[in-house]
Amino acid sequence: MGKRMLLRGNEVIAEAAIRAGCQCYFAYPITPQAELLEHMAKNMPRLGRTFIQAESELAAINMVYGAASVGVRTMTSSSSPGISLKQEGISYLAGSNLPAVIVNIVRGGPGLGDIAPAQCDYFQATKGGGHGDYHMIVLAPSTAPEAGELTMLAFDLADQYRTPVMILADGMLGQMMEPVELPEPIDIASLPVKEWATTGAKGRDPNVILSFDLDPEVLKKMNLALQKRYRQIEAKEVRYEEAATEDADILIAAYGTVARIAKSVVRMARAEGIKLGLFRPITLWPFPYQPLKELAGRVKTVLTVEMSAGQMWEDVRLAVAERANTPFYGEMGGVVPTPRRILSEVRKHAS
Amino acid sequence: MPVSTEKMVKVFGRPASLTEARFTYCPGCHHGILTRIIAQTIDELGIVERTVGIAPVGCAVFAYLWYRCDAIQASHGRASAVATGVKRANPNLIVFAYQGDGDFASIGTAESIHAANRGENITVIFVNNQVYGMTGGEMAPTSLVGQKTTTTPDGRDPALFGYPIRFSEMIAQLDAPVYVTRQALYDTKRIMDATKAIKKAFTNQLEGKGYSLVEVLATCPTNWRMKPTEANKHVAEVVTKVFPLGDLIDRG
Amino acid sequence: MECSVIIAGFGGQGVILAGKILAQAGMDHGLEVTWLPSYGPEMRGGTANCTVVLSDEPVGSPIVDDPSALIAMNLPSLDKFESTVAKGGTIVVNTSLIDRAVKRGDAQVASLQLNELAEKVGSMRAINMVALGAYVKATKILPLDTVKGAMVRMLKKGGKEKFVTMNEQALEEGYNAV
Repeated sequence: MGKRMLLRGNEVIAEAAIRAGCQCYFAYPITPQAELLEHMAKNMPRLGRTFIQAESELAAINMVYGAASVGVRTMTSSSSPGISLKQEGISYLAGSNLPAVIVNIVRGGPGLGDIAPAQCDYFQATKGGGHGDYHMIVLAPSTAPEAGELTMLAFDLADQYRTPVMILADGMLGQMMEPVELPEPIDIASLPVKEWATTGAKGRDPNVILSFDLDPEVLKKMNLALQKRYRQIEAKEVRYEEAATEDADILIAAYGTVARIAKSVVRMARAEGIKLGLFRPITLWPFPYQPLKELAGRVKTVLTVEMSAGQMWEDVRLAVAERANTPFYGEMGGVVPTPRRILSEVRKHAS
Repeated sequence: MPVSTEKMVKVFGRPASLTEARFTYCPGCHHGILTRIIAQTIDELGIVERTVGIAPVGCAVFAYLWYRCDAIQASHGRASAVATGVKRANPNLIVFAYQGDGDFASIGTAESIHAANRGENITVIFVNNQVYGMTGGEMAPTSLVGQKTTTTPDGRDPALFGYPIRFSEMIAQLDAPVYVTRQALYDTKRIMDATKAIKKAFTNQLEGKGYSLVEVLATCPTNWRMKPTEANKHVAEVVTKVFPLGDLIDRG
Repeated sequence: MECSVIIAGFGGQGVILAGKILAQAGMDHGLEVTWLPSYGPEMRGGTANCTVVLSDEPVGSPIVDDPSALIAMNLPSLDKFESTVAKGGTIVVNTSLIDRAVKRGDAQVASLQLNELAEKVGSMRAINMVALGAYVKATKILPLDTVKGAMVRMLKKGGKEKFVTMNEQALEEGYNAV
């Protein structure tokens, strides 16, 4: 590990991507992820790697598609409206079995919304977002150091499963600074060769990258292969964190920025005798249904707190399956729930 | 009279870079000729082992089936952006994007112009047949004034739908592109000219010169509701009046 | 121990940088820190603020309901944040631009003419360091030298070495004025 540096979340993600061996980065400017783009603009060319400020989000994701086809590690980043524009491309990446990393520094929506932190893109990220039956792995960092770790992991998972992986953070995590020890750079030469990549048909049959077949039976098989892989990911890649759950009789379920705020709430609640714990999904897809289900059997209440109208709440209720009460507290439009506001919600449900 | 084959020399054959797969194109369509020219060019330049073709959405969506090189099927309009990603990721590859008029000059307008404006070292083949072939003969951005299509049943009315867009002329206004030309395939001379132009466009890339665009006026007898011979004549006598043939820029 | 401060003022008064330097100093001192800015259009001429949390354990929430201190560089900042400061907290008030008294009776108030003090060291642009120096003295949160060291490194990183001396003086001026 390197030395501790004070960095913004956006810078941490950018630098971690570089250290994960990202060879090509393509993006279009949008607040609140501009520092990520700027870090890449400054550093990628120095390393002999590719940075392009694309003409649009559509162009950026399709440049990613091209670079991923060639087998290099590649990334794009944006914020909510820009991610909407990328959805067709993400569907193509999924359909074509291409590894890539997409960063969404979420802001308030819908429409132009605002530039303040939000979690209103959960459905879009975890349930598909574009057309067709697909998923991508969605990783939700809660702190700047974790944003770095999960960015490194995202590239590994993308390659391992030949799938797009999204880092889902929000404007607050993107903008805030924290001490970070950046991970050591990987040795790009040590990465496994991607035999499927379109690197030139020398000494082998041509490789073709496509997400397409007009024969429904063939396309069905392609879909079944994707689904099989999704089941593998669900079996192996679920990640979550529990805090103060051992004796808890009420839980907060929250991810990302809200989860770190909730950690303060846990301390405050316990100081006044409320046995509050925290369940924090790290992978939003695959969602940690099973561990939450088990926990739910031991508590009275699972309070979901989100910066949305209740998107992850749906998955929480699926997991809890009426084993506990499942109230919801959410903020929208870029309003961030403060510790005190969350605590007052907790008090309502504490016995 | 029996002919001796002893002194015969093979002057024409199937390009090695062309696969055995049968074309899916309609009779009389120029896509087949153009595909063959590209394969022949790849042969002549000896680059099949390092070429990556980008197939569009449209009639040429199956383009990846016909070449013995690596290929990528791109989303509608974004072939030039995909080509950019490929070339930047691996500059040793020879990358060509094959795009129709709807793909290149309508839905992909931004990607087409900006790849050219960045001077990406790629080769773009832009097939202009003034109609959306695959979806059933709808108006293209390049459809002629008065042209009947399934979405302009009374003919393209410029007051409602504007004029045929001369996209190559727009690209030719930019500083970065090296070679922008418009070719046709309606007779032998045009086929030979187009073949030279395509070879030049690939050679430019091989020599690292930058962006080359070859627009090819093609026929669509099916959707034009013409016989192939009539369609060829239509290109020669009508289409070339709107889309004049020749080099627009050649900075190679 | 967890301390937090909201530094607020006009865009251009350097509140964002003051917060970064404080966070850097806290980190250099071995503390856990977070620095959270207001961002977007506010950075471009309107009001600006940032929140810094310093703690000896990992920081949970980077936003705080009741900061242990407030540096109010102008009247709108005092109006907006005065009531949020924790009981017994510290409020640094720029009396050059704020012509009313602090209403809170349960806070420790350091009233300084920050504009004049900044001009005294040579530039209005040093006002943020005067304020930071005053805050450091009033709260004893960190040694002044640690803050100075963080300031020097941050200015050098931004290619602004020539302002180091003036900003050192500004930190001292604020520190000694409390």
